[in-house]
Amino acid sequence: MPTQKDNWGSRVGLVLAMAGNAVGLGNFLRFPVQAVNNGGGAFIIPYLVSFLLMGIPLLWIEWTMGRFGGKYGHHSTPFILDTMAKRRLWKYFGVFGIWTNLAVAAYYCYIESWTMSYVYHSLARTFSGMTQGQVAAFFQSYIDIGVSTTGIPYEAVVFYVLCLGLNTWILSKGLSGGVEKAAKIGMPLLILFGIFLAIRGLTLGTSGATPEHPDASAWAGINFLWEPQYNSLWDPKVWLAAAGQIFFTLSVGMGTIHCYAAYVRANDDIALNAMSAGWMNEFVEVVLGSSIVIPIAAGYLGLDWVKQNAGFGMAFQTMPYLFENWGPFLAVVAGVFWFGLLFFAGITSSLAMGTPWMGFMQDEFSMSRHRSAWSFGLIVLVMGLPTVFFYQLGVFNEYDYWAGTVSLVVFALAESIIFAWIFGINRSWEELKSGADMKVPQFYKYIAKFITPLFLLFVFIGSLFSPMNRDWSGALASLFGGNGWPLDNSSIIKQVLNTGLREQIAAATDTAVRAGLEDQLFFVNASRLLLMLVFLGICYLVYLAQKHRDREGRSA
Amino acid sequence: MTATAIVVMVVTMCTVTAFTGYFFLKVLRPPKPGGADSRGKTEG
Repeated sequence: MPTQKDNWGSRVGLVLAMAGNAVGLGNFLRFPVQAVNNGGGAFIIPYLVSFLLMGIPLLWIEWTMGRFGGKYGHHSTPFILDTMAKRRLWKYFGVFGIWTNLAVAAYYCYIESWTMSYVYHSLARTFSGMTQGQVAAFFQSYIDIGVSTTGIPYEAVVFYVLCLGLNTWILSKGLSGGVEKAAKIGMPLLILFGIFLAIRGLTLGTSGATPEHPDASAWAGINFLWEPQYNSLWDPKVWLAAAGQIFFTLSVGMGTIHCYAAYVRANDDIALNAMSAGWMNEFVEVVLGSSIVIPIAAGYLGLDWVKQNAGFGMAFQTMPYLFENWGPFLAVVAGVFWFGLLFFAGITSSLAMGTPWMGFMQDEFSMSRHRSAWSFGLIVLVMGLPTVFFYQLGVFNEYDYWAGTVSLVVFALAESIIFAWIFGINRSWEELKSGADMKVPQFYKYIAKFITPLFLLFVFIGSLFSPMNRDWSGALASLFGGNGWPLDNSSIIKQVLNTGLREQIAAATDTAVRAGLEDQLFFVNASRLLLMLVFLGICYLVYLAQKHRDREGRSA
Repeated sequence: MTATAIVVMVVTMCTVTAFTGYFFLKVLRPPKPGGADSRGKTEG
C-alpha cells in the first residue's frame, strides 16, 4: 500500500479549499444568467430544492468515497471506485474523474487568464472613455490571437501560459503548502470583493438612468430575480436548469472532491466539513452572485437589455464599461475587485482540477509531487492551446460541452449507483457517519438511495433526449400523437451528430460563410478526437497501474 | 420592487447566510476532548 505523502494542514484550510473548488466563475456568471433565462424568481425554489435533494447527498457521497479510498492509499477516482465496487470495469468509469479535470482545466485556465489580463487593463485604465461597443470590441480583439492590446505579441497566449504556470507552481508546493495557502488567501479576498460589489449593486437604485436608458433601474433587475412566478414550477425545463446549476456550482461529478477528501484522515469528520463547504458555496452564489451582475447591468442598461443579452460575455464585454460610470478611482477599484474576484474564484477551482492527476501519478507510478504537478501543467498546455488558438472555431465550446457538462452527469450517476446500490447504502452510511461532528439526518439515507440516482437519471435522460425548444409537454403530445419525439439540436444525440452545425452549412448561401462553418466542423471533430485520445490514454495508464498492482500483489 | 420580491430575497439570503455561518462556526469550534476530534484530527 503506498504511503500517504501529503496532508491538509488544518480543518479550516480543507473547508476553504473545498469551498474554493466549488466556487467558480459560474457562481457570478452562470447562476444569475440561468435565473434570468428561467423565469427569474421562479428559478430559486427548484434551485434550493435541487440543492437539498441532489446537492447535499452528492457532496456526502463524494466526500465519503474519497475518505474511504484514502484509507487504502488511493487519491484518484479509478482506484477509489475499485475499492468500493468489485468489478474491475468500474475503475475505468473512474477515468472520468481524471479526464474531466484535465479537459476542463485546459479551457478553464484560459478564462482565468482573461481575468488576470483584465485586472491589468483595469489598473492601466484601458477602458477609460470607451463606449459600450468599444469595450465589447476590445474583448473580441483580445481573443483574436493576431491582435495585441498591450504590445505584447500573442498576448492571450502569454497570459494563458502565465496563468497555467502559476497554477502548476502552486500545485507543486503540495496541499498544505500550496493549495491550502491559496484558498486561505483567495477565499476571504473573494468574499470581501464580492461584498463590496454586492453593496454597490443593491444600492444603485435608479441613479444609473440616462436619457439613452431612461428605464434603467437596479431595483427592476433585483425584482425580476426575486419575484416568485409559481406557474413556472410546473415547467420541467426550469427544474432541469436548476438541477444542472446545482450540479455545476458544487463541482460534483468531477473527481476533485474525492481527491481532496482522500487526504482527510480516516477518523476525521466529513459530514460537517461537506455541509460547511457546500453552504459556503451557496452563500457566494445566492447572496453575492445574485447581487452583482444583474442589478448593476439593469441599473445602467435596463431590464430589457439584460433579458436580451444575459450571458457569460457580460463579465468582460459589459462590466468594465459600467464601472466607468463610477468615476476614475472607483472604476479602477471595481475593475480590480471584479476581475480579482473572478480570478480567485477560478484559481481555487483550477487548482482542485490538478490534484486527481497528481494523486494518480504519485500513487501508481511513484512520481514525485513536483514532477506530477509539472506533468499536469504540460498535458493541460497541450490540450489547452487549441482552445486558445481556435477559440472562435468551437474548440472551447466542445471541451465545455463534453468534459464540463455531459461527463459530470455520467460520472455522478455512476458514483451514486456505486454508493447506494453496489457498495451498499448501509455500509456507505456508516462510513459517512464515522467521525462525524454533526448528526446526519436519517432521511438523507433514503434520499441518497432513491431520489439522488433518479434525479440524476432524469437530468441525464433530459439532456440526452432534450425536446425541441425544451418544450416537454409539446414533445409528449407529439409522441402520443404518433409524430415521434422532436429532438432539439442541443440534445446529446443531436450534438453527437453535429446536426445544428450541419443544418447551418446546408443553409449557407455565401461561399465564405460556408467555408467558415466547414472549418468549424473540422475543428469540432478534431477536438473530439483529441479528447477521446486523452481518455483512452488515461484508460491505458489505469490498465498499466492495475498490472503493476497485480505484480506487486497489492490489488484493491 | 414589490413587497413579495423583497420578502423572498431577504428570507432566502438570511437563511443561506445563517446556514453558512452556523456550519462554519461549528467547523471553527475547538475539538471535543475524547471526541472524534481528538483522535489525531487536524486542528480547527
